[in-house]
Amino acid sequence: MKYLRKNDLIMLGLGLVIFAVLQTLITERIMSSFWQLNSIIIGINVIMAVSLNLINGYTGQFSLGHAGFMAVGAYVGVVLTTFFHLPFAVALLAGGAAAGFLGFLVGIPTLRLRGDYLAIATLGMSEIIRISIMNIDYVGGAAGFKGIPHHTTFAWVFFIMLFSLFFIKNFVNSTDGRACLAIRENEVAAESMGVNTTKYKVMAFTIGAAFAGVAGGLFAHSFYLISPNSFTFMQSFNYLIMVVLGGLGSITGSIAGAFVVTFISAALASWPEFRMIIYALALILLMFYRPQGLFGYMEITDYGPFRKLLKKGGRKHE
Amino acid sequence: MELLQQVMQQLVNGISLGSIYALIALGYTMIYGIIKLINFAHGDIYMVGAYIGFFAITQAHLSIVPSLLISLVVTGFLGMVVERLAYKPLRHAPRISVLITAIGVSFFLEYTTMYFVSPTPRTFPAMFGDVAVNIAGIVINGQQMLILGITAVLMVVLTYIVQKTKTGKAMRAASFDTETAQLMGIDSDRIISLTFGIGSALAAVAGVLVGVYYNSIDPLMGIMPGMKAFVAAVLGGIGILPGAVVGGLILGIVEALVSGFISSTFRDAAAFAILILVLLVRPAGIFGKDTKEKV
Amino acid sequence: MSDALLKAENVSEVFGGLKAVSDFNFYINPGELVGLIGPNGAGKTTAFNLFTGVYQPTTGQITFAGDSIVGLKPYQITQRGIARTFQNIRLFSELSVLDNVKIAFHSHVKYGMLEAVLRMGRYFSEEERVEEESRRLLRIFHLDGQENEKAKNLPYGAQRRLEIARALATKPKLLLLDEPAAGMNPQETKELMDMIRWIRKEFGLTILLIEHDMSLVMGICERIYVLEYGSTIAEGTPEEIKKNPEVIRAYLGGEG
Repeated sequence: MKYLRKNDLIMLGLGLVIFAVLQTLITERIMSSFWQLNSIIIGINVIMAVSLNLINGYTGQFSLGHAGFMAVGAYVGVVLTTFFHLPFAVALLAGGAAAGFLGFLVGIPTLRLRGDYLAIATLGMSEIIRISIMNIDYVGGAAGFKGIPHHTTFAWVFFIMLFSLFFIKNFVNSTDGRACLAIRENEVAAESMGVNTTKYKVMAFTIGAAFAGVAGGLFAHSFYLISPNSFTFMQSFNYLIMVVLGGLGSITGSIAGAFVVTFISAALASWPEFRMIIYALALILLMFYRPQGLFGYMEITDYGPFRKLLKKGGRKHE
Repeated sequence: MELLQQVMQQLVNGISLGSIYALIALGYTMIYGIIKLINFAHGDIYMVGAYIGFFAITQAHLSIVPSLLISLVVTGFLGMVVERLAYKPLRHAPRISVLITAIGVSFFLEYTTMYFVSPTPRTFPAMFGDVAVNIAGIVINGQQMLILGITAVLMVVLTYIVQKTKTGKAMRAASFDTETAQLMGIDSDRIISLTFGIGSALAAVAGVLVGVYYNSIDPLMGIMPGMKAFVAAVLGGIGILPGAVVGGLILGIVEALVSGFISSTFRDAAAFAILILVLLVRPAGIFGKDTKEKV
Repeated sequence: MSDALLKAENVSEVFGGLKAVSDFNFYINPGELVGLIGPNGAGKTTAFNLFTGVYQPTTGQITFAGDSIVGLKPYQITQRGIARTFQNIRLFSELSVLDNVKIAFHSHVKYGMLEAVLRMGRYFSEEERVEEESRRLLRIFHLDGQENEKAKNLPYGAQRRLEIARALATKPKLLLLDEPAAGMNPQETKELMDMIRWIRKEFGLTILLIEHDMSLVMGICERIYVLEYGSTIAEGTPEEIKKNPEVIRAYLGGEG
């Protein structure tokens, strides 16, 4: 089993190389500021997609309220940095903790629901969060929160993204992660195999929400102003699209989904009037021709060349 | 006494708004009942209906009833086309794929409309001037009378179709159990198509009525009412037609009371709070029956 | 009888006015192999669902190893030592055969979430142990070599065996088998019988099974309960059951 540790090291090394290349491009100003911002957005979207995948893809619960948790993390974060002048890291952690706690509170009652009902309940919950923020004057209400310090750099985003990926990868490859998969596959059988299904649904929901909260903190500190309208259910739809596009239950898929969606919308930015039409058509066509997403349940490490590189011989979900 | 009058006035406003929700919710509930899809594009169908009505009134200079009829027919047809092109190929696909497709269709309708008519809101011509009835200080204006009248007529027609006609009976059978209905010789593709047609036609009428009521329409106007109509459908018990109507009316009344007595900014939150409450207390809705999974 | 492993006393289960099981009395002693038979709709699977906490009895008492298990959740009952298979196979169909069994070890894995996420402490040794034990179980059920196959791609008989392997991975004292031979041919059924006998001895199990295949039931059960319309109409050894006029009426009445 030693090779598991080796795999992690190879992946970490790969991550560092990618980081070094991108960071050089940024510091040497080879990358335009448009793409700099987009590389930050991609990183944040990866965190959002992979954490939503834990809930929707691995545990099989249908959450449509991910933007709500992001909003909580964002607002808690900006209040702590702007009003209380706390360090950025503390603000991010607090935002994640607050979102996670809310996920826990909301999770216990709503996770009794199934399928579409859960989807619509989580959507409603995230709208309630957004409307509540709109009515709190302390954080600027509907007009938004102004004067946020610009703390988010590419390095922050990249390393937190890397941590999220490792965290969720290791989680789904543990007995707790298998319990989540069992719930997705067959809840009755999971329960009869000794899995406390309520506990693991709430756990997946809480972890997913916490990462969304951290992503929210990163998102907020990339801008001077955030408003509740950045966190509508359309935004939740976007994250769901990334997850489904990449493949429910595939971490590689979530990364790819976040990349593709962010790239498409950035690339189409010059044709604003066609952007959403093309996006909509692409979405429909994808569902026609590849409904399981780009990766299905597979990871990139399940494919030939990578498998050889990592010498793991046919093990899945690593 | 004044408080009572205010409450009554909000009730009138709420029932008018609720009738519109009910019309949209009927389509939602019929479609969900038959193919178990939350048709996120339904709110956008309603928006398209509003625009067709708008152009019939302003460009073709038609009066309200023919405009409503044109919008009803054209939008109903649009609903059938959407079903045929976007949903029918996915009949046996996983539900999440169909749901994502519905989101795609929703974006497509919104932004294609926006491309053709521009994102700026359009102002519906005022149609009733100052027509209003005053009963003991409670005002019912012309638009509200129109909404209530049209909704009542449509309910009667729909009840007749669903209860008495052969097509309606087939629709009920298919929504109860699509496969068995098919075995009994019901052409389920045709029934699903018709369901989309009827549901979309009802939404179109709601769109035109909202234009008349609020005077303003825009390409993204369908998002919120669409969501809320789904809430209404869940509240009444998904798949149950009278449930959608009752759910719509309750939702309209609650929203009117919240915006009249608390704050209009909490109006939207109220709808979702109701939703979550219903789902927790009685997930099958007011008229629904609980079902248990067989092990 | 007082030291019965599982005991049901005057248990009734009512679904919306319909009595699925009424006044059901049952016991199984440690090490016994007991059969539960009866026509379709007699309440056999309902009895299983009551024993495993999927349903809660309307009235009556169920005890396992001397303690009441009424009100416990299914996973808690599994952790106490009752495992089951399902009449309509309920595997984790998109997951690998190996993962299907690994999941069932869930209650016996001794590392926490933090250890898993940070890959420290007992994570590696425990995972290694789970993997080894899972593979051993798969070998017993002739499923080795198919570890990485998706469960849904296995042939029918293999799926039934995988369900038993998975149930054993929870380390039960009592194993409930719901129609284990359904859909099997006579040869497969015979192999299954041998396997059931063997695992009982090997794992020191108590086994209760529901079965329609009379050759299997009469061949391996030491005691049999016969249910009809939710009530017990007979109980005894296979020899007694074969001669019981009530049973003959219930089974052959229509035809004879």
